[in-house]
Amino acid sequence: MHSERAGLGLRIAALGGLLFLHLPILLIFLYAFTTEERTYAFPPPGLTTEWFAAAWNRPDIWEAMALSLKVALIATLIAMVLGTLVSAAMSRATFFGREQISLLIILPIALPGVITGMSLRSAFGMAGIDFSTLTIILGHATFCIVIVYNNAVARFRRLSGGVMEASADLGANAFQTFWHILLPNLGTALLAGGMLAFALSFDEVIVTTFTAGQQTTLPIWMLEELIRPRQRPVTNVVAMIVFAATFLPILAAYYLTRNGSETAGGGK
Amino acid sequence: MMAHHSRSGANSDAAMIAILPERGLADRLTGLFWRKPKLLLALMITPPLLWLGVVYLGSLAALLLQSFYSIDEFSGMVVQEFTLKTYAELLRPANYDVIFRTLLMAAAVTVGCAILAFPIAYFAARFARGRWKAVFYLGIMLPLWSSYLVKVYAWKLILAKEGIITWAAEATQTSAVLDAILTLPVIGGNSLSTSYIGMFMVFTYVWLPYMILPMQASLERVPASMLEASADLGATRAQTLRTVILPLAMPGVIAGSIFTFSLTMGDYIIPQIVGNSANFIGMAVYQLQGTAGNIPLAAAFAVVPIVIMVIYLWLAKRAGAFDAL
Repeated sequence: MHSERAGLGLRIAALGGLLFLHLPILLIFLYAFTTEERTYAFPPPGLTTEWFAAAWNRPDIWEAMALSLKVALIATLIAMVLGTLVSAAMSRATFFGREQISLLIILPIALPGVITGMSLRSAFGMAGIDFSTLTIILGHATFCIVIVYNNAVARFRRLSGGVMEASADLGANAFQTFWHILLPNLGTALLAGGMLAFALSFDEVIVTTFTAGQQTTLPIWMLEELIRPRQRPVTNVVAMIVFAATFLPILAAYYLTRNGSETAGGGK
Repeated sequence: MMAHHSRSGANSDAAMIAILPERGLADRLTGLFWRKPKLLLALMITPPLLWLGVVYLGSLAALLLQSFYSIDEFSGMVVQEFTLKTYAELLRPANYDVIFRTLLMAAAVTVGCAILAFPIAYFAARFARGRWKAVFYLGIMLPLWSSYLVKVYAWKLILAKEGIITWAAEATQTSAVLDAILTLPVIGGNSLSTSYIGMFMVFTYVWLPYMILPMQASLERVPASMLEASADLGATRAQTLRTVILPLAMPGVIAGSIFTFSLTMGDYIIPQIVGNSANFIGMAVYQLQGTAGNIPLAAAFAVVPIVIMVIYLWLAKRAGAFDAL
């Protein structure tokens, strides 16, 4: 119906906007190779790869990365189990309090992170819980549930109830139906949700600063460098690593779900 | 019953399969779930509800409770008695300024995002087809999800006095324009990275995708027939835009503004890294609970965005913004 083309002004504005979204990130890659140590001078006076070796030999970076990976993996697993359960329940039936539960699930990301962080901080303080890796995971898993939920609930909606009934009619019990029918059908949606949750957790800094105490995750390491820059070239390399650790799972999630009616990442 | 089937010849095998004996616990549970679907529902929903209820709602309750406590001015200890004293402190000029400044920035960022987002969302919704559709989808989605800190860091590089903007201004002989912008009262500063303009730019950049997506969703739902009708009735492009497209895109704009407003209001990383170190709500919460050790006042500060967002969401719901999410 619309054979008409977009006006030149609109095309320039739209493509310009898209470039505006991407060019700043590309700059990170350039700066990772700069020979300039003390300022953010542009253009870089020269290019070098020595900072990659320098970053590689830094135990503090490895420790921060290990903690971030551990937190992200455990939080993602918890979120995948809880998110799948709640999406299964929500897609099955209408029951009393359904609306309230869906509000409760999205609340941790609907409210600004500082509120989630400050709330957890108050609760830990009142309950006398000391900061530990567990307190970080507790916070991360909470806001990751909604990511898994969003992906799984869309797939459940598309999945017809017929296949489950067919499975039961053929003599499968509930667990066999879950393993052979439900899980393969949910597979890519769950995987996509898990990857997005991992990316979100690996990169999270706002809630983490309230629940980490003295521990340093990779984003917290970066934040300290941002506030008081001490080793700019190494920070540039770390920024690249953090970017890759979030970018790749997101891309994978997109390719896992792009053929479905629901594509991953619609709601963050 | 079995005897009955065995007499009916050819059907008997099928019947035997259909009425298998229970093979253990798994089958018995399956039967139980079949007879009592509510039980299965309860089993599924209890763990996530317990988690969210205890960890999240419990924490929110703790926050609310803390905000009604106060701090003893002499000992610095938290007094665990109900009082409105802490909330009254929010109205002190210094604290009131923090709230006002944050709301002003959140409003400015929301308007900035809406203006930048519109052409992208409009093009993606109406003109992008096939390959370009995918390009726009990924082009909006990837910046939305990619690392928040890395994006802020990239802008630290861009806005630095020795950074790419200064270089570009020199290369294009427009340094005078840049300097003129920086000498503006209040919003200007020593360099872009220490001014309100710089902070506004970073906020607008990081939250822009949150505005594009709902805007695009609502624009995709504008029926093409309406645009044709508008053209048939003699409207120019600008008139169609103003009287047909924009009003129909409004729910999307409002939905997007929920994100941009809420995210700006709660952020404390960007004002810490870019800008003139003026205080914002998020920063106040962070500093009060940390170095200052005044958890009740930090909690009271954190309640402010909650109250504002509840009002905002209520107004947005009345404007029909939730259909665009």
